[in-house]
Amino acid sequence: MFKRSEQDKRPPVEIFVDGTAITAQQGDTVSAALLASGRDVRRSTAVSGAPRLPYCMMGVCFDCLVTIDGVGNRQGCLVPVAEGMQIEIQKGKREIGR
Amino acid sequence: MTFAPKREDYDVVVIGAGPAGLAAAATSAEAGLSTLLLDENIGPGGQVYRAIASTPVIERNQLGADYWVGADLVQALRASNAEIIQRATVWSLDRNLEIAVSVGGASAFVKARRVIVATGALERPFPIPGWTLPGVMTAGAAQTMLKSSALVPDGRTVIAGQGPLLWLLAAQILRLGGRINRILDTTERGNYFAALPRAFAFLTSPYFAKGLAMMREVRAKVQVVPGVTELAASGDGQLASVSYVAGGKREAIPTDLLLLHQGVVPNVNLAMAAGVEHRWDDLQLCWSPVLDQNGNSSVAGIAIAGDGAGIGGAGAAVVRGRIAARAAAEALAPAAAAKLPPMAALRGDLVKAERGRIFLDTLFRPARQFRIPSGDTIVCRCEEIAAKDILDAVAIGATGPNQLKAYRRAGMGPCQGRLCGLTVTELMAQARGKTPQEIGYYRLRAPVKPITLAELAAVPKSEADVKAVVRG
Repeated sequence: MFKRSEQDKRPPVEIFVDGTAITAQQGDTVSAALLASGRDVRRSTAVSGAPRLPYCMMGVCFDCLVTIDGVGNRQGCLVPVAEGMQIEIQKGKREIGR
Repeated sequence: MTFAPKREDYDVVVIGAGPAGLAAAATSAEAGLSTLLLDENIGPGGQVYRAIASTPVIERNQLGADYWVGADLVQALRASNAEIIQRATVWSLDRNLEIAVSVGGASAFVKARRVIVATGALERPFPIPGWTLPGVMTAGAAQTMLKSSALVPDGRTVIAGQGPLLWLLAAQILRLGGRINRILDTTERGNYFAALPRAFAFLTSPYFAKGLAMMREVRAKVQVVPGVTELAASGDGQLASVSYVAGGKREAIPTDLLLLHQGVVPNVNLAMAAGVEHRWDDLQLCWSPVLDQNGNSSVAGIAIAGDGAGIGGAGAAVVRGRIAARAAAEALAPAAAAKLPPMAALRGDLVKAERGRIFLDTLFRPARQFRIPSGDTIVCRCEEIAAKDILDAVAIGATGPNQLKAYRRAGMGPCQGRLCGLTVTELMAQARGKTPQEIGYYRLRAPVKPITLAELAAVPKSEADVKAVVRG
């Protein structure tokens, strides 16, 4: 859906999506890194389980909700990637204790 | 790195580091006022100057000269004594000018003598069939990814809607080597005639030549379909095709990415939750705060600057920020205020910056069918409530958006009405034969962004606070 421009010279950052390593660039948000990865990163909604991807990328729509380092319901578009970050695609509601 | 505010009290707290917030904070600090700037994003710039201090897009002309203006604003702010905190989510502002802000998972509280709300704008909801499908995003979302991560659309891409941002985004995508298969222009033909009497101011504004050049640049490379009157996205769990009607003819095109845009509207949540009075704006078709000429709202001590004060664009936002900050300085430190640029000069700048705006508002006034959906089309994305559900609620007695919450959960999901509020107001107004002003809006309250119960529970509390709620 998206590709990176060749002029991007930022250093790579390795993050994990459901256990699989992907390469992001320093300064990417979690949502941007997920969309750039080319993987199926659709979450499912808490209400009907419908698949969704980020819609606004500016902290407004909450369609980028994702589990980051064990904490659910994070807005992926507001969190920058960090080396070794563990990301889980959130299916449905946030679970108690996560 | 994230830091909590250094002090508990500030002369001026500015919320939002877009053009208005950057200018306001720099002006306030220049007058010697203790100034705190709180911003939710990773870096300063807001949406228009998104990632201005970190963008990987090196070739400056690809983003355009208007973008790089933001670098000067950031530089001026950083040269000042203002304290700036990024990744700081303000979740409460009240009439006592007390602000609750979440930084790094913990909340801090600060008190201000003056608050300048510069929370800007967000894209107007574009509730067409299928707009919740993965693969449908806002144009602003694509622009955010382009500016902050040099990402451009790669698959079969359609841009649909209207307004200056749409053309700017298209030009930027093409310059960075991205793909656009078609642009579907939803501008109503009648708007051109309606806007004509306003054209003179626009022709003499800086928008005109720039806008024309950009549209020419895009049209040379992309097929543009004018007069689109119907639009729908479809696919099974993922966008597969976009269908539209133009000139009475229906067509469907296979699509991987659909970018929607029909203008921007004030981001009102924080100001409304603080009790600031808003009125329905019949030209811009949105809620705008009631303000005096210095940006002061109906709540003493709270001013609003930038697009949150009514859409005026980045140039106007900068001036509004300076005016609000100068007014704060006049009230708190009159001697220091005298060193700032005079108010009369700022007002002159504002008139210049707002020139041509009414023309744009009239020309790009979104069509009714793209604002007020029907049938199964989702209105509230969070709670997945369709237009017909809302009309059913009206039929059995729901009178306005706030009452609707008792019938349906519209506006009660995590986005707190940001993506459905305007649609619900207009839909209910139409169904009940009332004006949007009469129908009203959701009653917004803190926290205006979700925070965890654990974070709330960890807030420092006095013995008296505990006694007030503990039994026995």
